[in-house]
Amino acid sequence: MMRPLLFTNARIIDPSQDWDFSGELLVKDGVIGAAGQSLEAPQDARVIDLEGKWLVPGLIDMHVHLREPGEEYKETIETGTAAAVAGGFTAVACMPNTRPVNDSAGVTQFILEKARRAAKARVFPIAAITLGQKGEQLTEFGDLLSAGAVAFSDDGLPVRNARVMRHALEYVRNFDALIISHSEEPELSRGGLMNEGRVSVSLGLKGIPAAAEEVAVFRDVALAELTGGRLHIAHVSTRGSVEIVRRAKARGVAITAETAPHYFSLTEEAVIGYNTSAKMYPPLRTEEDRMAIIEGLKDGTIDAIATDHAPHSVIEKECEFQLAANGIIGLETSVALSLNLVRSGYISASQLIRCMSSSPSRILGVPGGSLATGDPADISIIDPEVVFTLTRESLHSMSHNSPFLGETLQGKAILTLIDGRPVYDPEGNCSHPPGQQ
Amino acid sequence: MKCLNARHILGISTLSPGEISLILDTAESLKEILDRPIKKVPLLRGKTVVHLFFEPSTRTRLSFELAAKRLGADTLGISAGASSVKKGETLIDTARNIEAMRPDVIVIRHPYSGTPHLLTKYISSTVINAGDGINEHPSQALLDAFTVREHLGHIKGLKIAILGDIAHSRVAHSDILAFTKMGAEVVVSGPATLLPPRQTEVLGARVALRVEEALEDADAIIALRIQRERQGRSLVPSKREYARFFGLGPEKVRLARPGVLIMHPGPINRGVEMAPEVADGPYSVILDQVTNGVAVRMALLALLFKKS
Repeated sequence: MMRPLLFTNARIIDPSQDWDFSGELLVKDGVIGAAGQSLEAPQDARVIDLEGKWLVPGLIDMHVHLREPGEEYKETIETGTAAAVAGGFTAVACMPNTRPVNDSAGVTQFILEKARRAAKARVFPIAAITLGQKGEQLTEFGDLLSAGAVAFSDDGLPVRNARVMRHALEYVRNFDALIISHSEEPELSRGGLMNEGRVSVSLGLKGIPAAAEEVAVFRDVALAELTGGRLHIAHVSTRGSVEIVRRAKARGVAITAETAPHYFSLTEEAVIGYNTSAKMYPPLRTEEDRMAIIEGLKDGTIDAIATDHAPHSVIEKECEFQLAANGIIGLETSVALSLNLVRSGYISASQLIRCMSSSPSRILGVPGGSLATGDPADISIIDPEVVFTLTRESLHSMSHNSPFLGETLQGKAILTLIDGRPVYDPEGNCSHPPGQQ
Repeated sequence: MKCLNARHILGISTLSPGEISLILDTAESLKEILDRPIKKVPLLRGKTVVHLFFEPSTRTRLSFELAAKRLGADTLGISAGASSVKKGETLIDTARNIEAMRPDVIVIRHPYSGTPHLLTKYISSTVINAGDGINEHPSQALLDAFTVREHLGHIKGLKIAILGDIAHSRVAHSDILAFTKMGAEVVVSGPATLLPPRQTEVLGARVALRVEEALEDADAIIALRIQRERQGRSLVPSKREYARFFGLGPEKVRLARPGVLIMHPGPINRGVEMAPEVADGPYSVILDQVTNGVAVRMALLALLFKKS
């Protein structure tokens, strides 16, 4: 049995309860015991003075790629969840584009079993909408949900056929589940390597217009409106998409949206020099788009920040730009990049934690996102001030395809607890002297 | 300026106007070698130039090889079909292996933009871009600039019209950069499906939706090859339609300045982007471009070694 933990001098932020105060929080028997200005500590409690650091509900990344099964040379469930807890995430939702595709209960169960053995972050599998992500036949939504899947998405291979998407949004209602759409019109993005615009012309790289995303967001919003199915738009990257989602929400459409830290941190200029670390789908956009994404986070149009953590090995990234794989890792940089929004005064600390914990929990319908008494003690302790340099050695992910490699970043998780158990504790805050466990 | 600052020739974008002038001046002095009875000077004796062509090429490859040979270099090369790339080797490995044989210059043509830039990160030989994807074709732009300067005496203040597939043409990109850097006004025109969308300007060139506007008072017209794979799809309805509205026929040439230079990087689709009587007409300098290509490429090689 673990000793109770009493965190003192903590800045406790829990948007689900409108909390942002300095005080104490008790973890006992794996759950939240109490929180308040000053608590009565049990005699055997280990007292940890946080000196003003943030204590927040465990962060939840609702969009990651763990690559297992099938591409274990890029990431495994074990290394991916190790990266997650090191980044302050107590839970991740993993996309189904594994090999084989997660389109059957067997694959879902395999992922959950691997996650259980890794014993790091909680893993919530997202199953495919269609068999093999081929966009034709719906997967067994009911069976997949029973096996532990939490939502459905064909992710990088968006459902091309509007009728199939309509049926997915209809059928998902029987189970009150969620469809996550990587909204992209492939006929407009085909062959594209970066955002279409001034920079793509000057680099001689075929562009992907913002309209490739917006046309698809518009289609999916119209289908959600038609069917009443719950729709979540993944990685919103353009000003136009933000505006479409904003108007849909104003009409009362059951829609939510996420963006990724790179879309509010970088622009298409990061590609200059044929930098494959800045190659991703959707592509990095313009400064105008970046500011519109921030505005969307500010006014709640965009509900969540998710990383789209996409590990790739050097084989896929140290090559011709055209051949390079899309995507970057994000689990271990998300906190620092997202904190920039608070430091710049765009959003409050509470808004940030809502985007990174409470909202993902609510959208996916999974536990977490709250520090209420009796809740599992999934907790992230964040030092918003600490400055660090991102290096290959510092990463827990098996891959290091990050455009921020070598950069100095500010703010990171220093302690991550799941069920009150320390799963990331590099400073040894919770380590037990021998004989006391 | 006596030598280049650039260690590689990756694109016009990385050359200064001074460097471009130096290349043109050097080409001018080297050009007479091509007309000597013994067409060889020992400037590059003992040097090795490797030509890596991952795309079909007749003109550019012959021109580069001839330029190196005229300067006394040893030349060899591979084309994509014969290369180990087909066996699954990465480009970086191929380049490193060639590098291990100690060449001095690698001239590369590749279907993907940015590939010459990538090579410079992994090998120490000098890299010359002989065309990368839809990015740049710097030696073509230099020979175009040389040809214009040779015929008209200068480049500054001229109006250069470029017609055709601007969006997917590395020749267009490099030409625009070269001529604008040298002080010319560049106007581009073509089907809007082959122009950057909604732009009034591309890389410093003005975009004209009416071909006639681009041609009016032009001092030189560069017609680009319209690639077969773009015809008959939604980009261009038909060859016939293209020829009528965007092709360079004698009536369109009359809109330009008398004596306008007619240019084409080749190979020409006769009767599509250019009428035969224009290609073979009195103002055509298309074959001069080819001759000048050798001189300009000699200049590039000579200058790259002058520095080292």
